Amino acid sequence: MDKSKMKCVKKKLIDNNTYLILLLLFIVCSILSDTFFTAMNIRNIALQQSGPILVAIGMLFVVLTGGIDLSVGSVMAIGASVSAILVRDYQINFLGAILIALLAGMVFGIFTGILVAYADFQGFVASLATMTIARGTAFVITNGTPIKIQEGTLDNLVKANNFFPIIIIAIAAIILFALIQHYTAWGRTVIAIGSNRMAVRLAGIRTKRYLMSVYGVAGVLSALAGVFIAARASTGSATVGQGQELDAIAACVIGGASLAGGKGFVVKTVAGALVLALIGNIMNLMAVPSYPQDIIKGFIIIAAVLLQIVTNKSDKTV
Amino acid sequence: MQDGYKIEMKDITKHFGGVKALNHVSLKIKKGEIHALIGENGAGKSTLMKILSGAYQKDEGQIFIDGKEVKITSPKDAKDLGIAVIYQEFMLAPDLTVAENISIDRLAATGALIDWRRLKKIAGDQLAKLGFNTIDPGTKVGNLSIAYQQIVEICKCLTRNADVIVFDEPTAVLTFTEIEKLFEIIRRLKAEGVSIIYISHRLDEIFELSDNITVLKDGGYVDTVPASSITKEILVSMMVGRTITQMFPKRNARIGEEILKVENLNAGTMVKDVSFTVRSGEILGFSGLVGAGRTETMRAVFGADKIDSGKVTYFGKEVHFKHPKEAVGSGFGFLPEDRKKQGLLLEQSIRINTTLASIHKVTNKLDIINHKREKKYVRELLEGINTKYGSAEDNADSLSGGNQQKVALAKWVFADCKCIVFDEPTRGVDVGAKTEIYKIMNKLAEEGVGIIMISSEMTEIIGMCDRVIVMRQGRVSGELNKELIEENALIKYAMGV
Repeated sequence: MDKSKMKCVKKKLIDNNTYLILLLLFIVCSILSDTFFTAMNIRNIALQQSGPILVAIGMLFVVLTGGIDLSVGSVMAIGASVSAILVRDYQINFLGAILIALLAGMVFGIFTGILVAYADFQGFVASLATMTIARGTAFVITNGTPIKIQEGTLDNLVKANNFFPIIIIAIAAIILFALIQHYTAWGRTVIAIGSNRMAVRLAGIRTKRYLMSVYGVAGVLSALAGVFIAARASTGSATVGQGQELDAIAACVIGGASLAGGKGFVVKTVAGALVLALIGNIMNLMAVPSYPQDIIKGFIIIAAVLLQIVTNKSDKTV
Repeated sequence: MQDGYKIEMKDITKHFGGVKALNHVSLKIKKGEIHALIGENGAGKSTLMKILSGAYQKDEGQIFIDGKEVKITSPKDAKDLGIAVIYQEFMLAPDLTVAENISIDRLAATGALIDWRRLKKIAGDQLAKLGFNTIDPGTKVGNLSIAYQQIVEICKCLTRNADVIVFDEPTAVLTFTEIEKLFEIIRRLKAEGVSIIYISHRLDEIFELSDNITVLKDGGYVDTVPASSITKEILVSMMVGRTITQMFPKRNARIGEEILKVENLNAGTMVKDVSFTVRSGEILGFSGLVGAGRTETMRAVFGADKIDSGKVTYFGKEVHFKHPKEAVGSGFGFLPEDRKKQGLLLEQSIRINTTLASIHKVTNKLDIINHKREKKYVRELLEGINTKYGSAEDNADSLSGGNQQKVALAKWVFADCKCIVFDEPTRGVDVGAKTEIYKIMNKLAEEGVGIIMISSEMTEIIGMCDRVIVMRQGRVSGELNKELIEENALIKYAMGV
């Protein structure tokens, strides 16, 4: 009886090791730096990560199908540029501008999705193409110069007296997508397709539509993340989001998602994104220069993934 | 010293978590013997063989080879001791040539570079020894038939000087003639002193081939008997505790109206001018050799493959299913032959697998799943068809073959299908689970479902079907009513003699 209880506890710990890593990291950070666990710093992390977390969630749904979307970073640039241009040059209400930016993101996502689902491209290849197309488009529409956004528009998203809307939106999105994954037939089918697409098709499900849709979702969430960044910087730029696709993939993997598809969780992916965020944050606080930061970050990703692999193995033999 | 045994496994015990998969099981194999290992799925055959081949570690017990105790802690240990396993799924690289595959672990034995001439010679010599000079060592393995791939796998073992070869269900994927060829090879290996452990669910084969038979049941050792001193009936009762006459249960189905009518169907290169009908409550068999176009016919009707021409009438209406979704939407289900690749999501829960085809029965208008209702449905459904499982949240691959098949089948029961294709429904399923699957089919027929059963097992066709269509080379070569279904007629139509 006690033994089986122990096993149960052990399994719980293994299943939730992403949270454990995050907690551990949090404690270590608090010890390493006095400024880490202050309201100011925590708020900064939340503001910075609102965007990347959305991108990671978008990436997760693509990864769940066994695909990958390298275009998320470039689509962020689309979101940032489009929204900035609309409020500056066309004086469109900022909410309308955001909506149009999200639509633009969706178009790019669905474009990738069509290539993957209907033209049998591998996600890697299709999104590689979309990545350069989107980035190029962002540079073309902004003429390659950052677009300054006037006050009273997108900056509303980051105002303290509005309770930092981007943080609230990010939290709402986390909850929404966690529920969607667990409670909707769509979420269920996406995972099923990642496990065995052929079986799902033979069960009478149009797999191509679902496959296309996950890239659309990733596009929308990435564009929204781009808008967040534009709002924080008061500038829309075509250089936004460079390299963000790699952080998003890393977040999914640290969160226990399988790149082969069929396995992964929204909240754990968010924890994965926060692990990366804390690593970056503590190194900034300790004034580690940027290039060594990248090296250290790479090794920490390896360590986190190794832990996943090791615990997954022991999970199987238990 | 153990006298005269090539291999002795003694008191082997193995746990998986709290489950005892093997409980003091023993197995003794003589040199140059064909030893059959039988038992229902889940009896522990595979686990025992995985311990022998180093894939699993035993918890307790000893293994002796030529009387000396050995430690097998990895597949490499087993290989070095001359033990080889030929699994159902071959361990071949399809894009490499026959020669490369045969020498895969010694590609560059003489230095850093590959000596292609040497590889080809090793492969060619070994193939010739088995009498397969027709296989060119330079062909890609992926281009060979399944039967030839199996030969390559056997050659691979032999060039490593294996003198103990385990065959795990080798005939499941072979045709009649190929099986004969395989048996010839196995007998020749035996004559050369190789010890063979032969795992199969096909009792006829076991009697034809083996010298001794070891029976396992529920992870325990039942007995080892000489094949010549025992009958099929006794063997079955040792395995399951019931007799073979009870294998095909009776059914009281009323054969009613015509559900499905297919006329002059052509699809791809494998389906030529096929016509047939299925009635409600009827079990229609599809017999024939592997590759006769039976599966392809059903896939085309189901909308999984394209139809070139022909007419399909379903419940009196002409239909063209262009996607499986349309077929499933009108209550037409398809249980594919390869449950691992096409039937199940092995790494998802039993619950998700069960409701896959008709999740909308448990969702509301907003597409939101009612988990409580779903769980209740799944529990009732799986209990109704006697599925043995721990929790519905366990992954499908935690189940034995028979129970996996029941879960794959439950999907179509849940979808309220009125016509279901069963493609090789009992392949790789043990005797006990077979009968249970037959019972489920009978029950469905009694409820008025029209059933099409594709099967390469003649006993099953004879025992279950109301009517049989035999296919040969993409065409219907014969049709037999219940009274006329017998082995000779089936073979005659299947082979075209």
